[in-house]
Amino acid sequence: MENDEKYKLKKVLIICSKGTLEDVYAALVMGNGAVMEGIETKMFFTFFGLDAITKKYMNKLHTSTVGNPSMRMPGGLAFPTMLGGLPGVEAGVTSMMKKEMEKLDMPPVDEFLELIEAGGGEIFACKLAADMFKLKKEDFHETVKDIITVGDLYALCDGPGTQIIFT
Amino acid sequence: MATKTYAGVNIEVNDEGYMTDSSQWTKEVANEIAKEEGIELTDKHFEVIEYIRNKVAAGKSLTIRGINKSGVVNAKIFYQLFPGAPLKKATKISGVPKPVSCI
Repeated sequence: MENDEKYKLKKVLIICSKGTLEDVYAALVMGNGAVMEGIETKMFFTFFGLDAITKKYMNKLHTSTVGNPSMRMPGGLAFPTMLGGLPGVEAGVTSMMKKEMEKLDMPPVDEFLELIEAGGGEIFACKLAADMFKLKKEDFHETVKDIITVGDLYALCDGPGTQIIFT
Repeated sequence: MATKTYAGVNIEVNDEGYMTDSSQWTKEVANEIAKEEGIELTDKHFEVIEYIRNKVAAGKSLTIRGINKSGVVNAKIFYQLFPGAPLKKATKISGVPKPVSCI
């Protein structure tokens, strides 16, 4: 039997597993957007995504200039992968990206996490990845609520109208 | 386009209930829209509303970051003042268009 009833999105769990600037911001923008829509929001950072919540690295994320066919020169010309590997290129591209993001009033990572927390969003670190990278609670930003296991993570996803987003 | 009566005045609103003519806005109208949203407006609300109206009148875009840095409220209090979808509700009550920004 078909059921056409629509369920309003009530809760999202956003998983961020990558540590490049654009992957982290994709997760943060979606997380903050959900909070602002009044959707209950949990964010789970794992593997290289842990950089986004690690005090030492969170505001120094880079965009990858190698193996990214969508990256172009200003003006739209192709950006050769070989060029992306040269010293300083990644830093230059990252700084350009950050400048463009600042123009749109996109906050730095720590400020973004604080805005999400202010709206009631919750931020978690993955236990397995934290163990692997030898990171402890004190290495993480103060907005990180807890270090949790996969089991804990699924327990957070109860209730109808919950969606998991993996970035 | 539709018309709604707030505080005895006919107000032009769009399909989502946002006022289309910001000059029709008064405190009384704000109070009635807020009631529909389940909010009882206080002086603090009106400080935020004033900030929002000034920003929009100046052609600036509204973001949660801007509100956090406004000096009027921080993000946490803003969420408490307009629970649920704060920027959407606050702009509706302020008689300005729904913000188009993703942040």
